[in-house]
Amino acid sequence: MLLKAENISFQYDKNSWILKDVSLTLQSGEIVGISGPSGYGKTTLCRILAGYERPQLGQVTLDGNPLPRSGFNPVQLVFQHPEKAVNPRWPIKKILKESWEPEDWILQALGIEKEWLNRWPHELSGGELQRICVARALNPETRFLIADEMTTMLDAILQAKIWQAVLAIASMRNLGVLVVSHDEHLLKRLCTRILRIEDLNNVKK
Amino acid sequence: MRDGNALWLESYPYDRMLGLNRRQRTLLLTVLAIILLGTVFFLGIFSGEDKIATNLALRNLPPSWEHPFGTDWLGRDMFIRTMKGLTLSIQIGLLAASASALISLLLGLAAATLGKWVDEIIAWLIDLFLALPHLVTLLLISFTLGGGLKGIVIGVALTHWPTLARIIRAEVLQLRSADYVQISRKLGKSRWWIATKHILPHVIPQFLVGLILLFPHAILHEASITFLGFGLSPHQPAIGIILSESMRYLSVGMWWLAFFPGLSLLIIIRTFDVLGENLKLLIDPYNAQE
Amino acid sequence: MAVQSLAELQDYQKDYQNYQQGQVKELKLVPSALKKPILEIQNLAISFVQYTRGLKQKRTRVITDLSVRVNKGEVTVIVGSSGAGKSLLAHAIMGVLPKKAVVEGKIFYKGSELNPQRQKELRGKEIALIPQSVNSLDPLMKVGRQVRLGVKDQDAKKVQRAVFERYNLRTEDESLYPFQLSGGMLRRVLIATAVASSDVQVIIADEPTPGLDPEVLEETLTHFRQLADQGKAVLLITHDIDMALKIADRVAVFYAGTTVEIAPVRDFCGTGDKLRHPYTKALWRALPQNDFIPIPGAQPQPNELPSGCFFAPRCPLVTQTCSQKLPELREVRGGMVRCNNAS
Repeated sequence: MLLKAENISFQYDKNSWILKDVSLTLQSGEIVGISGPSGYGKTTLCRILAGYERPQLGQVTLDGNPLPRSGFNPVQLVFQHPEKAVNPRWPIKKILKESWEPEDWILQALGIEKEWLNRWPHELSGGELQRICVARALNPETRFLIADEMTTMLDAILQAKIWQAVLAIASMRNLGVLVVSHDEHLLKRLCTRILRIEDLNNVKK
Repeated sequence: MRDGNALWLESYPYDRMLGLNRRQRTLLLTVLAIILLGTVFFLGIFSGEDKIATNLALRNLPPSWEHPFGTDWLGRDMFIRTMKGLTLSIQIGLLAASASALISLLLGLAAATLGKWVDEIIAWLIDLFLALPHLVTLLLISFTLGGGLKGIVIGVALTHWPTLARIIRAEVLQLRSADYVQISRKLGKSRWWIATKHILPHVIPQFLVGLILLFPHAILHEASITFLGFGLSPHQPAIGIILSESMRYLSVGMWWLAFFPGLSLLIIIRTFDVLGENLKLLIDPYNAQE
Repeated sequence: MAVQSLAELQDYQKDYQNYQQGQVKELKLVPSALKKPILEIQNLAISFVQYTRGLKQKRTRVITDLSVRVNKGEVTVIVGSSGAGKSLLAHAIMGVLPKKAVVEGKIFYKGSELNPQRQKELRGKEIALIPQSVNSLDPLMKVGRQVRLGVKDQDAKKVQRAVFERYNLRTEDESLYPFQLSGGMLRRVLIATAVASSDVQVIIADEPTPGLDPEVLEETLTHFRQLADQGKAVLLITHDIDMALKIADRVAVFYAGTTVEIAPVRDFCGTGDKLRHPYTKALWRALPQNDFIPIPGAQPQPNELPSGCFFAPRCPLVTQTCSQKLPELREVRGGMVRCNNAS
């Protein structure tokens, strides 16, 4: 499958463009990285690629078709801050079930303990919650995973663990992965191709 | 969360009164409040009519052991009269508060979900009703509808919905833009599913607490409207009637006819307030930060 | 202390040269054990009371045993996972912990113990804090004035202008409000606020990862390095090892509420053999530029601390004694480590 962004331009208010004329492609099976300073629209681009925002100009297509407006979106975004990405009144089990019921080996690979499933979000740490969010995004119907600074807040050991698991699953299912990070070393380690946001985004700064 | 979030950093070991921490105190107060209200209600419903039968031999007696609140000019026991009156007031209050809360819920939800125009109209209505002095408006509505139960319930409902509606509207708007609600949509869930599984559970606690906190208002307004002569008639002896009738006898020195019912009313209203505030803390710890 | 390699000897020679030529005010490579620390934290422990499921209260130790020495002219970095633990250290030193915190242990400044009164006197003058968030600035006050507020007994405006110049802020910027400045400029204002007082000796920076903008980050780190070179003591608290290693002189590794190792920065190289604690080694090896291999298990949360050494459940070198008692920090090869099996 091919995820394609064509000439995306986006603005929140009428005075300034956040993204101007951004284009990129992501094939199934590829691991592409985006590096660059903050303030250049990396997160906005991620949200547009996953269908959370609609660009004023340009379009995002999946094998030529627009992203689905309802039903499961094969392009899944893992947010940077897991605390906001889960319903605080739901137990972890319900949060996962909203997407799918992962098999034990996936939980194990991500280091998710069975007993967490019966707990509440405020009882888990940021790192633990982030792993739940990753498991939730790895629904079998997912074709593309967009990781927006997914492991930035985690310690190096946890970061390595999560990425080993995600890479394994991505390889098994031939997923396309877009990694957004400020850590050059991480991008070099994970990605076959690294794009710089300053090159992609034609906004004058 | 356990890391970096002060939500769980709570009281210090020495925040204990009566050997209980804050959470336990809240629960205790809530239970006590419910017991008190329950007792009043029970007494009101289950005391036989004979307890307040007229008995001219016992007229105008000041408070004593047999008649803790004294008796009135017809020899009726004031304590039971007060209990029954309060019970009736509570029932009326319940009706009025529910009507008001329902309007709040519907309008609040509508404003937050049915698009910009609806939101603007309802916001304008909220501002309008909040600007009017509600006691005067209440009197007018009550008077126009001819007083009585209908007048009071509709009057209270129409004047007290704005505040709760605003809260519900804000809650729902905030929820709709929450990350996890947006994610839910991308996971394939329908709008209806999101409304019932994500939004409604969040709104219901606010709604219930708002409802309970409306009680004191409703009861108090019933009492004052009736006292002013625009509300219930003497056939329906809620607290308002009891108080207004007692006014005639104050100059004769029968203070207990007004004092005890008035004090009881005050206590009941405060109890509802306490109940509402504590329920807020128990049900909704996320929003009720100290 | 024996020099262990030619490289180390050359480091010492260069350091001495710099000192002689006046480029740095203090010899950096004097073994830390011989230096008199300007700030010393001994066995700090901080607990909070928390509501568990139901209505009971439970005391939770967020920091169990933190000991570290901060020397003048050095950048000491405390590295640990994102969490409330490390940041509380900054508040503890400044004396601004919430009233509900229970504190044990001692903090010494210039040799004498700190108490709340002394902390109040030193706060903002000799010991300054650069907070994590740019939102700490008053949004309704011009930035120039905010910097001037920290200057006492001197011509405030002159000092403020000088410090602005040092950090590349224009004089016109002093009459701007925080919302009118970019992220990078705000970071520089925060630093300026902290160092404006000429008495400042110790600068504590709490998670200064400024929105992950590499340029601003480099700049901020350079400023910290300069401050240390000028003879101040800089204590940096962060979760980002990469950033830490760029400017640190010494690194204190924080795990589950305790310091498990304090090592000179040059030990973080190659395969990590020079490191002492198994966790530090695992951390180093897990970096993407190294092996990128994790070890199993996870850091225990404050209310689930195991008995004995906190790292024991995940440790490849674990023995019987490890699960019985939490080891003490001891000196090994010029650094400190909390491990029974380190050498």
